[in-house]
Amino acid sequence: MSQAIHVPTMAEMLAKGETPEVLFWVGCSGSFDDRAKKITKAIAKILTHAGVKFAVLGAEESCTGDPAKRAGNEFLYQMQAMQNIMVLNGYEIKNIVTGCPHCFNIMKNEYPELGGNYEVQHHTQFINQLIKDGRLQVKDGEIFKGKRITFHDPCYLGRGNDVYEAPRSVLQQLDAELVEMRRCKKQGLCCGAGGAQMFKEAEPGNKEVNIERTEEALEVKPNVIATGCPFCNTMMTDGVKNFEKEGSVEVKDIAELIAEAADLL
Amino acid sequence: MLEQIAFALVFIAGVSLFALRIKAIRRNILLGRDDDRSDNSSARWKTMALVALGQSKMVVRPVAGIMHILIYLGFVIINIEVLEIIIDGVTGHHRIFAGIGGLYDFLIGSFEILALGVLVSCVVFLARRNMLRIKRFHSAEMTKWPKSDANIILIVEILLMFAFLSMNACDALLQGALVQAQAEGAEISEKLSHYAQAGSFPISQFLNPLYEGLSVSGLIMMERFMWWFHIVGILGFLVYVPYSKHFHIFLAFPNTYYSNLNPKGGFNNMEAVTKEVQLMMDPSADPYAAPDPNAAPPAKFGAKDANDLTWKQLMDSYSCTECGRCTSQCPANQTGKLLSPRKIMMDTRDRIEEIGKNMDKNKGTFQDDGKTLLGDYISEEELWACTSCNACVEACPVNIDPLGIIVDLRRYLIMEESKSPESITAMFNNIENNGAPWAFPASDRGKWTEEMNEA
Repeated sequence: MSQAIHVPTMAEMLAKGETPEVLFWVGCSGSFDDRAKKITKAIAKILTHAGVKFAVLGAEESCTGDPAKRAGNEFLYQMQAMQNIMVLNGYEIKNIVTGCPHCFNIMKNEYPELGGNYEVQHHTQFINQLIKDGRLQVKDGEIFKGKRITFHDPCYLGRGNDVYEAPRSVLQQLDAELVEMRRCKKQGLCCGAGGAQMFKEAEPGNKEVNIERTEEALEVKPNVIATGCPFCNTMMTDGVKNFEKEGSVEVKDIAELIAEAADLL
Repeated sequence: MLEQIAFALVFIAGVSLFALRIKAIRRNILLGRDDDRSDNSSARWKTMALVALGQSKMVVRPVAGIMHILIYLGFVIINIEVLEIIIDGVTGHHRIFAGIGGLYDFLIGSFEILALGVLVSCVVFLARRNMLRIKRFHSAEMTKWPKSDANIILIVEILLMFAFLSMNACDALLQGALVQAQAEGAEISEKLSHYAQAGSFPISQFLNPLYEGLSVSGLIMMERFMWWFHIVGILGFLVYVPYSKHFHIFLAFPNTYYSNLNPKGGFNNMEAVTKEVQLMMDPSADPYAAPDPNAAPPAKFGAKDANDLTWKQLMDSYSCTECGRCTSQCPANQTGKLLSPRKIMMDTRDRIEEIGKNMDKNKGTFQDDGKTLLGDYISEEELWACTSCNACVEACPVNIDPLGIIVDLRRYLIMEESKSPESITAMFNNIENNGAPWAFPASDRGKWTEEMNEA
């Protein structure tokens, strides 16, 4: 990468009288978690490289309310939702790309009733579209030659919204072998973070869900476990560390893999 | 004539008991809250055709799925024969449809083949359930009544199919005896004259050795016994089914018709909350305004008892046949947590049944019994183990949604009782104060953009 990238906020764009093609909704994990920030940067680099005019909300972005809603706090969720909708509608946002399937799901399915109507896409869907439209070329896919990649379906992208093909079709750009786990797509097993579990200790049991899922992933002997959700990424990374496999198995978001293959990192 | 009257009485009794029970279940389901599912009827018919009639979700597990389809086809198609039996019973005819000739032979032959399919499948299911240690048939909630209910149904179906085939075997032997008597010019009793050549018996012929030793009158008695056993058994089954998990054979259809057609990830927005939040955020709202005296009393937020759920959630509970596919797919259950989505459905049904019985005892009004679904049936520990991953919803062959009930119970815990694990409360506080589930200030949200060009 030669040129410095500047990611504008909506406020900056508005001041210049410009409108973006899409708003990049980063999400809390992508904004604050050190590991997830790498995913966020990869998405921003892909968007920049493909010539997509995009902006972020920056300090004006706030939690979508997803963890509150799944935990049963409908009040807090709706307060967050209505504040976000006011900001988004204020900027007359039409198209949103999210870096997280939870943000994607809630804005696509639950915001409309509260007055927030947008075309919402998950980043794997948007990247898939960029590739199909010829706006993004993945020229160095062969750096993955001979590698085995398995994709862990995020619940809120897969079962929650029936998006199974877009992430896989993006992965096919890489010159790697795509292997499926025993339970995948509709039958995919959760990483254990959803439904606000990310923010609490697991209930008593005999195993952690992420260990169960990582075991299943390791069964197919992957070099890379590909994810599409920052929470799944955390859970699978922890799982791989638990089996002391971090030396041989990488856990990476699809956006990171594509950015790597397009030589953007 | 006496036989006809007896039959009519048994038949009326069976159907009336069934109707009464259906009425009670309908009343119980309608104790639930409103939920408008009247939209989009074409998509609803399609879902029902695919999922209930076509059993598209059963065959995800091919062995059990295909055998289930055999039993289902047998059940539906053999009912044409039951129609004939009922008409015969009331009118005193024997095999009234025999007049249709070759088609009749074909039908009876097909019924026999289906009956064999049902019989074999039921034997395999019985062995599978009791001898193979399939985990989902042996979990905590599958003891006592739920366990025997499943076995009773399978054994009754086996007996019914055996009676049906035996009835045919005796009939065929009697048909032979009639032909022989006619050829020999022997005297033919009035009873024997009923057994004119009709039907084909590809399966029941193998039962002939069981009955060949009987005299003509013995055969007639055996044929009548099997006929009565079969039809009384079916009527008994009709009465039993709506008290049993087996009620799914009827409710699968309306339950899939009223399925949630939206993406599974989207939960409903609570209208009552929307109104309050809008009021809170409306700068022109008068904070000291007296509440509208005509307004309905505020409803409970979320669900504490079974009748706080929607009618569809209650219908779900009556549609559940306790197969446990949901539980076997549940990540929490697989990792040894207390949560079992099947138990959520069974508890909901047991509780709404209890509420219904309470009302029946108290002239139609519910008297507080000091119990609720939340707490007495479903524990907080079960609720907090859910990852909301929708695996249970996806796995259900009749589109039951245990997740919706879990969320409604969580809503009650949070919004009415402010009860949540400490770390969840901390997460709520962070969102309220910082707009993020962690304690980071909003001003740091854009920090990553400054790091963009670092190596």
